[in-house]
Amino acid sequence: MVNYNERLGRTFAALVDPTRRAILARLEREDGASVSALAQPFAIKLPAVMKHLDVLDDAGLITRSKVGRTVTVQLRPEPMREAMDWLRRYERFWSMSLDRLAAYAEGKEAEVRKKRR
Amino acid sequence: MTSLTLVRRIKARPSIVFDALTTPEGIACWWGPDGGPVLVAETDPQVGGRFRVRFRMLDGSEHESSGEYLEVVKPERLSMSWRWTGGVEDPGESLVEIRLRAIVEGTELTFTHSRLRDEETRRSHEQGWNGALNKLERHFLQANEAAGQT
Repeated sequence: MVNYNERLGRTFAALVDPTRRAILARLEREDGASVSALAQPFAIKLPAVMKHLDVLDDAGLITRSKVGRTVTVQLRPEPMREAMDWLRRYERFWSMSLDRLAAYAEGKEAEVRKKRR
Repeated sequence: MTSLTLVRRIKARPSIVFDALTTPEGIACWWGPDGGPVLVAETDPQVGGRFRVRFRMLDGSEHESSGEYLEVVKPERLSMSWRWTGGVEDPGESLVEIRLRAIVEGTELTFTHSRLRDEETRRSHEQGWNGALNKLERHFLQANEAAGQT
């Protein structure tokens, strides 16, 4: 559970930064872009972009692979899926609870009716 | 995603449903996201009274939530403040509202959990939170669609 929370924390922390979101958005359109191509639209230096990529990598949101001298970046959707699941946990929680509540109340109703007969 | 509403039609009269919602015996039988046991259920269903429920999930993790009853009108309405307590993550206080309506088969229960991210959003220093989450959702939908096509 702690690992899960740590992972989620890393995912959300990674997503909070506008530059990192822009990088992810770019990868949505163009998966497998090179690091230099990713850095191009930003008014920041390549080492700063590399730092952002490190954060995204630590959060498991991207993977990097090197072919020759070119490093390309791929998007990994799994942590996003986990974050979505986290957001849906309330729905799961209450949906399951209310189903059991209904079964319990219907049992009570049946008992009451039985006694009256 | 800051609120969710669920509706259930239950074959039991509203007063029975209301008791199931507000008594420790009732809560012990239904509260929780899986079949794990309720460990503590305390209620004081009057305006200003508090509730506390602790449950264990099937994975062994324990969770507790508590809050204050804000509106108690038997057997029609129940509202309470709600927050996770004693855990590592606390997304802040939220609001639970339950409406019971008598129908021919028994009761129509409308459940709303709202203000789910209010405090979290306030606490977040970055304005980008909602944008990030929307983007996340969009990406996830696209990933699903792509998966569905193959």
